[in-house]
Amino acid sequence: MDFYFGLVQIIGVHTLLGLSAYIVLLTGQVSLAQAGFFAVGAYAAGMLTVLAGWHLVPALGASAVCGAGVACAVGFPALRVKGLMLVIATLAFGEGVRLFFFNFDYQIAKGEIKVGPLGGEGFRQIRFFPENGWTTGEVMVFIWSIVAAAMALLWWFDRSRYGSVLRAVGEDELAAQSVGINLTAVKVSAMTVGGAIAGVGGGLYAHYTTHIEHASFNILLATFAIAYPIVGGLRNVFGTVLAVIFVQGFLIEGLRFLGDWRNLLFGALIVLAMNLRPSGFLGARRRA
Amino acid sequence: MLELQTLSRHFGGVRAVDGLDLSVAEGQIFGLIGPNGSGKSTTVNVITGLFAPTSGKILFRGEDLAAVPTHRRLRAGIARTFQNIRLFGQLSVWQNLWVAQNSAEDQERQGFFARWLGGQGGVRAEIAQLLEFSGLAHKQDELAANLAFGEQRRLELARAMAAKPKLLLLDEPAAGMNSEEIAQLRERILSLRERGVTILLVEHVMELVMGVTDRIAVLNFGQKIAEGTPAEIQAHPAVRKAYLGGDAA
Repeated sequence: MDFYFGLVQIIGVHTLLGLSAYIVLLTGQVSLAQAGFFAVGAYAAGMLTVLAGWHLVPALGASAVCGAGVACAVGFPALRVKGLMLVIATLAFGEGVRLFFFNFDYQIAKGEIKVGPLGGEGFRQIRFFPENGWTTGEVMVFIWSIVAAAMALLWWFDRSRYGSVLRAVGEDELAAQSVGINLTAVKVSAMTVGGAIAGVGGGLYAHYTTHIEHASFNILLATFAIAYPIVGGLRNVFGTVLAVIFVQGFLIEGLRFLGDWRNLLFGALIVLAMNLRPSGFLGARRRA
Repeated sequence: MLELQTLSRHFGGVRAVDGLDLSVAEGQIFGLIGPNGSGKSTTVNVITGLFAPTSGKILFRGEDLAAVPTHRRLRAGIARTFQNIRLFGQLSVWQNLWVAQNSAEDQERQGFFARWLGGQGGVRAEIAQLLEFSGLAHKQDELAANLAFGEQRRLELARAMAAKPKLLLLDEPAAGMNSEEIAQLRERILSLRERGVTILLVEHVMELVMGVTDRIAVLNFGQKIAEGTPAEIQAHPAVRKAYLGGDAA
């Protein structure tokens, strides 16, 4: 049973990662920086619970603020460039974050052992859940209540004028500008909200795995993040959830029996899915 | 209301707009005509800030627009339509008008929260009026991409009006329309003037330009070759030459 709980946890955390890319993709921006915000959130929350002894909930709040702050700071310069240049700029940022944590040491003694991030060795013993006696099932429910809250937030955005403005920018920047929309402000705001969601996702990830290291936040994670809303479609937030279930539940876990051949099939199935549903699982919106 | 002073915009060696002087008075319907490639659309794009002028000045109600970015020019009161319709196709008709409510008045009227994250309630009446004006009330929930061509043109005009402009730039609004649609467009343009909107009309369709404008400027190769009332322009030798070729004058 714990295996399935674990899988549901992974799907929950990756949904947050996908949603963080979803809101940025609404404005037409392909960002590979989301794994970087996720890493910032993971380290921030981990350090707060382990080193500063915070409860997880305020620590997650702090990782949302850190993710949002970094995203906002990155957004201003990065969103001035478009298309492929933006992809490369955000990719460079993500790798920069990863290499920062590869070199980042900050350990303090706790009893007989030292805890905290230790560069390439990673950050071990993020044991908030076991220390406080949370069962896997409880952790799963906790993660999914946060996922539900993030989905509700984005659903609400989508119904508001803000959501329509995001989509307007995604469709035609020139026309959006001409009807008085401030492109930079709108894109940076989307990046900031995305950064907050990715930060919370990272914070949760750090605590259910109990051990994080720079290599987890690589280009593959960044690719997953942007692949979820693309595969799922931009009609609404549920497309992203479906895509995460498809990728994490079916392609990665469901095909594990294939061994190393899995990766080959994985790529082929993504290509197939995109050919069958070019505008995502839930498709483009035909009626508003 | 709008004044262009020796405005130029060059693209490499091409002088798309070359030393243009133009003055549009408040309440006027001002026509800007000329053969293809004479710099009409470039002029509109420079006025709205999509292109920076190579040299010269744009004054709007006495204020120099040089340092004003595109989205703020709308707030100042300049709205436009596009020659090749640019709607937000995956948004509904209603949403197309909703996102365009960025006039200074709209920004002040509602608080930040209500304006960005509130529902559709607060602005319903205003948008209903725009839909009524453009004859699209029955299509308000349709995606803009699914509208017929004429409806898209009407929606684009309504979207420009959603910003409550003082100056409206219409870039070939009659392109591709049949004469019945042109007659309707003419009525709409005249009713906009009655609401106090000044209009700069860029158009090829003479049937519309001659019937609706107060004053016309003619461009050729980026330069103004004539300006006057519609009657004067029709009789002007340089205009006939530019349109009909060498010996027509």
